[in-house]
Amino acid sequence: MADSIALAGAPANDVATPPRTETTVYNDEIVKKFTIATMVWGIAGFAVGLLLALQMAFPALNFHEMFSFGRIRPLHTSAVIFAFGGNALFATSFFIVQRTTGARLWNDGLCTFIFWGYQAFILMAGLGYLFGVTQGKEYAEPEWYADLWLTIVWVAYLIVFLMTLARRKEPHIYVANWFFLAFIITVAVLHLCNNLAVPINLASWKSYPVWGGVQSAMIQWWYGHNAVGFFLTAGFLGIMYYFVPKRANRPIYSYRLSILHFWSLIFIYIWAGPHHLHYTALPDWAQTLGMTFSIMLWMPSWGGMINGIMTLSGAWHKLREDPVLRFMIISLAFYGMSTFEGPLMSIKSVNALSHYTDWTIGHVHSGALGWVAFISFGAVYHLVPVLWKRDGLYSNRLVDLHLWIATTGIVVYIAAMWVSGILQGWMWRSYDSLGFLQYSFVESVVAMHPMYLIRAFGGLLFVVGALIMAYNLWRTIQGKTAPTAATPNTYRTQGAAA
Amino acid sequence: MSTTDRDEMSGAETTGHEWDGIKELNLPAPRWWLIVFLLTVIWGVGYMVVYPAWPTLSGEGNRGGTPGTAGWSSYSELSDSQQEIMTRRAAYLADFREASYDDILADPGLFEFARAGGGAAFKDNCATCHGTGGAGAPGYPNLNDDAWIWGGTHADIEASIAYGIRSAHGETRVSQMPAFGDLLSAEEISAVTGHVLSLGGGDSSTPLGAQIFSEQCALCHGEAGHGNRDLGAPNLADAIWLYGGTAGEISTQIRSPRHGQMPAWSGRLDADTIRQLTIFVHSLGGGEGAEDSGGSAR
Repeated sequence: MADSIALAGAPANDVATPPRTETTVYNDEIVKKFTIATMVWGIAGFAVGLLLALQMAFPALNFHEMFSFGRIRPLHTSAVIFAFGGNALFATSFFIVQRTTGARLWNDGLCTFIFWGYQAFILMAGLGYLFGVTQGKEYAEPEWYADLWLTIVWVAYLIVFLMTLARRKEPHIYVANWFFLAFIITVAVLHLCNNLAVPINLASWKSYPVWGGVQSAMIQWWYGHNAVGFFLTAGFLGIMYYFVPKRANRPIYSYRLSILHFWSLIFIYIWAGPHHLHYTALPDWAQTLGMTFSIMLWMPSWGGMINGIMTLSGAWHKLREDPVLRFMIISLAFYGMSTFEGPLMSIKSVNALSHYTDWTIGHVHSGALGWVAFISFGAVYHLVPVLWKRDGLYSNRLVDLHLWIATTGIVVYIAAMWVSGILQGWMWRSYDSLGFLQYSFVESVVAMHPMYLIRAFGGLLFVVGALIMAYNLWRTIQGKTAPTAATPNTYRTQGAAA
Repeated sequence: MSTTDRDEMSGAETTGHEWDGIKELNLPAPRWWLIVFLLTVIWGVGYMVVYPAWPTLSGEGNRGGTPGTAGWSSYSELSDSQQEIMTRRAAYLADFREASYDDILADPGLFEFARAGGGAAFKDNCATCHGTGGAGAPGYPNLNDDAWIWGGTHADIEASIAYGIRSAHGETRVSQMPAFGDLLSAEEISAVTGHVLSLGGGDSSTPLGAQIFSEQCALCHGEAGHGNRDLGAPNLADAIWLYGGTAGEISTQIRSPRHGQMPAWSGRLDADTIRQLTIFVHSLGGGEGAEDSGGSAR
């Protein structure tokens, strides 16, 4: 019975795999390390986010300078993007590139260096924030010494990835690897250009950027927007392109769509950054560039969603049976929603209302929680039983519980931020019939309070969901199976009975 | 792709490749996807014709870019919206400038205009200390009540706003009470505190307290403690306290008085706004007519 509905693709250690993989022993130890780091940093980053949400509602919670809003805000964003998201990308890209090339990761020693080197970067950056060490550039806060260290680690990552691809036993490179390679190369370029800085002296943490004025702002948002485009979109599309067809055991819907949307996505994304600087000192022509390319980015972004969701055609029933696949499909739905909302918000007249409001925060979180975190959760739920060679997860019911608690949390969060953001936008621009501003800034702050409470509640749900996941994974690694006398555990991640 | 491989379930052709069990169908991209993509590109190109879009090598044009056929710029959009706001105000502004405070009070339209402008300016500039409703906070006077340290007529209020209290402005209002902790003993301060408390009613006064008050305090605050607005000496008999009305709070203020500061707003706000603020604050509840000037609470 279990066999007939098992979600077997072609598992790594399947006796029936083609002969070419027989001699290949994959480096899964490094993937295990990155998987554990993903969960540890994820929970830390989500928890800091919850504290920030509560500080917005109750400013008295800024109880110490090290934990004041200004310092832990970059701690939160770096922890969730670079520590949680980054480790998830390392884990999955190293897992996928081995599976789809049939080659072991090149150079075990360098892989281990990448792991510890990256964790060291996270600690350098995070501890710096708590002590007030920052460049003050959003998503690029680490100072010059941490930037240099990350450059070394990142070049090692590029070398390992390229060398593994070069030793592939497949003639063609799988689409997931195109996205990973685009992500690794572009992030390297972005990181180097935006962080060009001259330290005061080699004993000082402080540096000054080589860019100034509006050029500095433009390069910062060229970087910031493409951190979203290449770190949080291209990289995670790489995850999607392996785990969705694997989990659904169906072929990718359209190879031609994957080519078209890959090249259009990476070509168009890189120009869209100026939409972060609408109605600023940035010249109008550059704002037009950012806005028009953002609109043109809509369909290239949606190509990934279409290819992911349509891959399920003919296998929709699997959504009913497999909560891990549900995570992945809901993540694609959130991806589609936020990549529609993004171009919408880049339109100048919409941006005039939404910019500087909580709408932006809600938009980011529908992408970050709904897309990035959910596709990562789905991948990690798939990975853990495979890596630790277990028959399945400890409990699929807990996966389902996590799914619904976290989805509810996200919907509550983004709905609160839509209301809050649009309300702020209108309060700030409302003039009465006599020509005077109707509301002061502080009145808009007071009006936000209920929405901030609701947002914190949504965040709390998301954190609780992640804790349920950690417990489930921990029990899975221990080799436990939840007592399921009434309903046998029929979801298998791999062809366990084979 | 020499041999055609087909997906059993859909019957669609695959590309013939397989990675770790994953295949790809060789289906075309959805037609609607291509059409919408093309439409966004056409729209983008059209927008670039109409709006500023291309950097000019010479640096001419709209901040270094082609002006676009619509002649739009973000500067022109800003000045257009500002113009619209100014047009709304202009319906009243000329009359407002001509009118005296009494004229404005007598004209409902002008009064509403002045209160709207003053209310907006109050919330952006004054509410930080005095509260959005003007109810004040310890150290920051309540503007809704009848108690005025420097006077509650339009002229008094306008002078307080324009020149500030203990500000850097040359015409600022200044008052300073000596620190009696250096001049009086602990028993004497305790006794005079009792007398101050008794000014608004009660029997906490002692002969010693009354004597010290008369010698040290009455010069500014008056024998009955009703204050003196010319000197900025607060009324001590009205049960309204800037720094708290318990015996402890009062004796602290006698020992080492705190002196609040308010910036001078002339130079920061234009004369129209200061007059609008004056009318707004005057209308909060405690505004006085000219005949009340210098008098005590009504």
